[in-house]
Amino acid sequence: MREIPAAELTRIVKDLCLKANTGLRPDVLEAVRASLAVETSPTGREVLEQVLQNAELAASEKLPICQDTGYVSVFIQLGQDVWLKGDIAEAINEGVRQAYAEGFLRKSIVARPIFGRENTGDNTPAFINIDLVAGDKVKIIVMPKGGGTENASRLRMLPVSKDADAVKRFVLEMAENAAKSCPPVIVGVGVGGSFDKVGLLAKKALLRPLSDKNPDPQLAAFEGELLTEINNLGIGPAGLGGKVTALGVKIETMPTHIACLPAAIAFNCIAARQAEATI
Amino acid sequence: MTIQIHTPLTVETVSSLKSGDKVEISGTIYTARDQAHKRIVAAIENGEALPFELAGQIIFYAGPAPTPPGKASGSIGPTTSARMDAVTPLLLEHGLKGVIGKGPRSQAVKDALSRYNAVYFAATGGVAALLSSYIKRVELIAYPDLGPEAVYKLEVENFPVIVAADAHGGDFYEQNRRLYKRA
Repeated sequence: MREIPAAELTRIVKDLCLKANTGLRPDVLEAVRASLAVETSPTGREVLEQVLQNAELAASEKLPICQDTGYVSVFIQLGQDVWLKGDIAEAINEGVRQAYAEGFLRKSIVARPIFGRENTGDNTPAFINIDLVAGDKVKIIVMPKGGGTENASRLRMLPVSKDADAVKRFVLEMAENAAKSCPPVIVGVGVGGSFDKVGLLAKKALLRPLSDKNPDPQLAAFEGELLTEINNLGIGPAGLGGKVTALGVKIETMPTHIACLPAAIAFNCIAARQAEATI
Repeated sequence: MTIQIHTPLTVETVSSLKSGDKVEISGTIYTARDQAHKRIVAAIENGEALPFELAGQIIFYAGPAPTPPGKASGSIGPTTSARMDAVTPLLLEHGLKGVIGKGPRSQAVKDALSRYNAVYFAATGGVAALLSSYIKRVELIAYPDLGPEAVYKLEVENFPVIVAADAHGGDFYEQNRRLYKRA
């Protein structure tokens, strides 16, 4: 059993929060550059140029790429042969606390969702997901995510009889929400599992690099088909009209009940932020 | 062509703007988002003093990141305007001339823009480091307990926006999207 003090997570989470907030995801940067060859809307092109200028300025000045430095989603792949010794949640929250104070990042978390909504003042707590995996390594992925794109998320229990067609209709209906999520967006779709599992699937889909090809050929084709149809909606960069509404569609699936077809959709905005480390 | 405008806005300036116009704003603007709107509406309803005179002014739906040392402003950008739809007509009725945000507005807001001669500007979301370079001064003027949701007075120079909805019923979100939609 490999022992790692949980406090080690503090330093790592802090660094990842600072890195993610000031640097646009490299694959997104590349996709934005490539989309300039496709976009014909003059307004859309200007928005894409602004995105590139912003990424450069944020990196050189160490400024957050978006003022909404988000809630902090932390995904941990914990090797079963590792003992993270100590208070894991507190170690992570301390990392968030330090990064958001020292990095001049916005504090956007309210303690009680109803009856008050007082800001916690340090952007904690982080929203933590831990998956057990084989081995003696720990992978930590930090995804700060803004409230605008989060509000665009949807979950629906679909009719089993309609199969993939129901998923397609759901995604295209909900893709209208991309207009409010700082497009071009990345679309994460979860299908299967249960009510509680499917939302997390959609979030995990967002973590995949844009170049990542779905290993299932049917799903890979489905991702491509949905991307084309979403871009045909004309929403465009910043929602102001154009050809580039989404940079990618990623689908994650899992087994489900014979009576169920749960589906969830989540968006990442053009200020897609993500950083990871493995110990 | 880019149109230069200065705050406070006059009836003539607002009337001259058309949806899709590229505009650069200079002068004073004020931030207010969800919680600040709640308090401003309560102040109007109770006849209390407002954090600033609404007449001729522009509200920017934004909650800035803290200002780092040596900078005029932290990263700043628009939040989703639709969340303010329900209360925007009341503020326009009380003299507010412009709002800056992102995303489409309700028909009721667009009707109110025509009725009260006001304009809705879109700023680009997700480019907040870039937008901060157009902010020359940030001053917290009301509701400090709200943190990023407090009301900040901003001095801006050539702040870039697009006229998303004008005072004549024009809606750039709808008009321009129609050109690129392939059904």
